[in-house]
Amino acid sequence: MNGALDVALRLLVVFAVFLTFPLIIGQTEHKVMAHMQGRLGPMYAGGFHGWAQLVADGVKFAQKEDVVPTGADRRIFQLAPAVALLPYLLVLLAIPIGPGQGAVGQVVDAGIFFVLAVMGVGVLGSLMAGWASANKFSLLGGLRTAAQLLAYELPMLLAAASVAMAAGTVSLPGIVDAFKWWWVPWQIVGALVFFVAGLAELQRPPFDMPVADSEIIFGAYTEYTGLRFALFLLAEYAGIVVLCGLTTVLFLGGWHGPWGADGLGWLWTLLKAAVLAFVVIWLRVTYPRLREDQLQKLSWTLLVPLSLAQIALTGIVKVVIS
Amino acid sequence: MPDPTAVAVVAETGSASTAAYAGNTGYTGNVFAAGYFHSYSVVGLLAAVGVLFVAVAFGAGRLLRPVVPTPEKLLTYECGVDPVGEGWAHTQVRYYVYAFLYVIFAVDSIFLFPWATVFADPRYGATTLVEMFVFLGFLAVGLLYAYKKGVLTWT
Repeated sequence: MNGALDVALRLLVVFAVFLTFPLIIGQTEHKVMAHMQGRLGPMYAGGFHGWAQLVADGVKFAQKEDVVPTGADRRIFQLAPAVALLPYLLVLLAIPIGPGQGAVGQVVDAGIFFVLAVMGVGVLGSLMAGWASANKFSLLGGLRTAAQLLAYELPMLLAAASVAMAAGTVSLPGIVDAFKWWWVPWQIVGALVFFVAGLAELQRPPFDMPVADSEIIFGAYTEYTGLRFALFLLAEYAGIVVLCGLTTVLFLGGWHGPWGADGLGWLWTLLKAAVLAFVVIWLRVTYPRLREDQLQKLSWTLLVPLSLAQIALTGIVKVVIS
Repeated sequence: MPDPTAVAVVAETGSASTAAYAGNTGYTGNVFAAGYFHSYSVVGLLAAVGVLFVAVAFGAGRLLRPVVPTPEKLLTYECGVDPVGEGWAHTQVRYYVYAFLYVIFAVDSIFLFPWATVFADPRYGATTLVEMFVFLGFLAVGLLYAYKKGVLTWT
């Protein structure tokens, strides 16, 4: 009985994180982007610096009419937002934020493997949406999404494999346990490849060709309204949480900090992930969108060779020191 | 008579071989054996929670939102102009070559993960390192071949 209660509590916490963290990042994005562009951003909703803007957005989304075009493939169209969103919920379960069993939703022994496999499913939602919309631009957007996953999943996988080699385990808590500070310079190329590839998989700017609004309207999400559209947006921000959390755990040592990992270790994890999330927002404001051919070229001719080189470096160093 | 502590350790970790594979991560005890099914059943439970969340959200949305369909509203939006022709239009799909490349490389790369957990064992010496370079060589030659064939340049 105690075990069941423990599991229920863990699920509840993971679910709460899943619902709140994306909103915090979304609100931060509103504010950070605004200030970087010399604006104030939301100031009205909730009174204090527009803190309730996203809550107000949510209320608006829930009240909007749910339009499914007559030409669309109805069932697939309606199901797609759920398929896009739920994988990120599952991934959150496996990301440890502190040492020991208490600070992770559930230790999954094949951690990296599980996380990468489940994250890939999210793209299926965009592909379903793009195909089911019966809209030329959505179809293009859906195909671009799929092509982007194909291009960037490989460097992401290879970079993650490099960390698994360094730690000698594929368990996420195991990797952070094995972490030493000099892993950061040792794995820096892999870290950059992983982060960039993750951004591309989330279709965040500058990799937002699949939803390029000035060219193909909003890609796979053009026909969506109301709650279903909101779920797609939530999926994007949940994706940022997951990506920043994973980069922190795999490459930045998770709960390890300059003053030891005891007690406040989880704070280090959150802090590092928050800084990464800020970088994600920063990149959106800073860089123009990459063209589709540039996107493919960046992955196949730069990121894949770099990650292969990182694996070679990791292998040599690891065998030499052991 | 066997050492009682050793027996206890083996009982706790399921078997000696799994304990050896798990290495010194500190999570050996309940990750393997019974823990294996436990961790994935928790994943399954969370998936059920997620499905429930989506179902409740859609159900509540149905009660909250207005439903006033008109033929114009239900027309495919596209870019705001009435759509011409079929939605599932024929386009040139340039991505299938990338898809082939991906399938080939990704299936290869999957095998990296089990290998990565054991390759640094001193008992293997430099064998695993040579294996790694053979593996990387295959991938690199494949990539070079694709590059030479002009597959990686946009047509």
